[in-house]
Amino acid sequence: MDWMALSDAEWTAVRLSLRVATVAMLSSLPVALLAAMALARGRFWGRSILNGLVHMPLILPPVVTGFVLLILFGRRGPIGAFLAENFGLVFSFRWTGAALACAVMGFPLMVRSIRLSIEAVDRKLEDAAATLGASPAWVFLTVTLPLILPGIVAGMILSFAKAMGEFGATITFVSNIPGETQTLSAAIYSFTQVPGGDAGAMRLALISIVISMAALMLSEFLAAAAARRTVAA
Amino acid sequence: MSLEVETRHRIGSFEIDAAFRSEGGVTALFGRSGSGKTSLINIVAGLLRPDAGRVVLDGDVIADSEKRLFTPVHRRRFGYVFQEARLFPHLSVRKNLAYGRWFAAAGKSASEFAKVVDMLGIGDLLERRPSTLSGGERQRVAVGRALLAAPRLLLMDEPLAALDEARKAEILPYLERLRDETKIPIVYVSHSVAEVARLAERVVVIDNGRVKASGAAAAILSRPAAALERREAGSLVEGVVDGHDADHNLTVVRAGECLIRIPHLVTAPGQRLRLYIAGRDVMLATAKPEGISALNILPGTIVDLSKAQEGSVDVRIDCGGNIIVARITGLSCEVLGLEPGKPVHAIIKTVALDY
Repeated sequence: MDWMALSDAEWTAVRLSLRVATVAMLSSLPVALLAAMALARGRFWGRSILNGLVHMPLILPPVVTGFVLLILFGRRGPIGAFLAENFGLVFSFRWTGAALACAVMGFPLMVRSIRLSIEAVDRKLEDAAATLGASPAWVFLTVTLPLILPGIVAGMILSFAKAMGEFGATITFVSNIPGETQTLSAAIYSFTQVPGGDAGAMRLALISIVISMAALMLSEFLAAAAARRTVAA
Repeated sequence: MSLEVETRHRIGSFEIDAAFRSEGGVTALFGRSGSGKTSLINIVAGLLRPDAGRVVLDGDVIADSEKRLFTPVHRRRFGYVFQEARLFPHLSVRKNLAYGRWFAAAGKSASEFAKVVDMLGIGDLLERRPSTLSGGERQRVAVGRALLAAPRLLLMDEPLAALDEARKAEILPYLERLRDETKIPIVYVSHSVAEVARLAERVVVIDNGRVKASGAAAAILSRPAAALERREAGSLVEGVVDGHDADHNLTVVRAGECLIRIPHLVTAPGQRLRLYIAGRDVMLATAKPEGISALNILPGTIVDLSKAQEGSVDVRIDCGGNIIVARITGLSCEVLGLEPGKPVHAIIKTVALDY
């Protein structure tokens, strides 16, 4: 089983991928929740434009998304320059950039999942909570949020899985630097580009499959648990 | 306690323009489905913001469109029991009951909780999930949840409409206890004469978004067809439970000088209750009939007769201090030669007095 042993460089890629996916998932969650609330409940001008923007990364070729990120968040990009100067937050050619690219790519999936669960909430329950004295913020925390939890969990796992597999936008935006931006997918790609890299590609591919399967099963389990908790009255 | 409501509101082509007052106790908003009762009660609750109007409780102005004043739902402290119980599916019965207590300014005591649970008979359900309860149990929990939020006013929107007859009969006694044991004024929306007759002290008849009549329950419900649908006309008789005939599953009610036998009710002797006797369920005989299955044969004298309408006549009879309305055909009236002052027997089947 010698060929199964991972080299240090390969371990680094696995750890980096997990970190990038986790950060991408957690940092996009609050924004996705707001966007989903706005799309599900909001009645404002420009709602369909917001809807289009949110879904953009799903439709565009990932290379285009990566290129747009490069233009906006690169060192000399308008947003990138501002963030670097004021907050010391640099995205280009850093693992943070990989996380940003993954967050953007997973965003539509997360928003969609949360939005569907918000639309499924019986608003009459929220009215009932209000008549019992709960202010809108409390209604959200004690009624809406618990009821949409399955949707949030499903959205988080979709976003995480998407981040684990993200390749095109990441490599376009932050390149493929071992130890900094070389995620699992990028490392597999690199192995396939050199002679004799098949074994390494196989090892990482197996790890990728295991992680994806685990994420999927976890999501099924959590969804089932949540469904048991909130069977409609 | 006094509640004053006046409001105007347009929903599409339907217009509500209604005003009513309540002086405590149970006030019923009574009318057909689609008459605007639910919209009216939603306006009182604050769930619906009317185009114009005022809601005043005990001199405290809750909403007034002229002064641009609108207290949001959660600050009104009006309990609301909906037609579908609307229990929170993710919380146990206990947590559903306690929900309003988090927000009630005066933290309610554990003894209050125990009292309400006991009054509604839901002690065995506390650890269960709403999805495992029957319709009647859910509705009782919903009533408890509203009560424990320490409401200043309790609104009930057809709380029994979604239940079958057996479940209704199961809950009505609890609602009567609620009326008699708490001091909270109740606005009760219903389209059922039987429910209104049994629970309400005052009745406001709503028709097509407007108030058609209002007043004491006995007066409104006995009024010949003015306020009610003609087929619903009847009389309201106040009585006291005299005793039970356990062998035959009957309850005997004393009303004035009459004893009226009705299907068995779970109530203690001495309990006051009101019976609604629909005019179409009452027969008249000029001689005391024999060999008849009907259990209630009440001697009385005719007070007056209405004009014939669609071939039938409403006859009002004084039976030992109770006014009972009988609807008979004009033909029967002619054949029997009925006229005011004539002694007759009113015959009422016991099974017709089921709630």
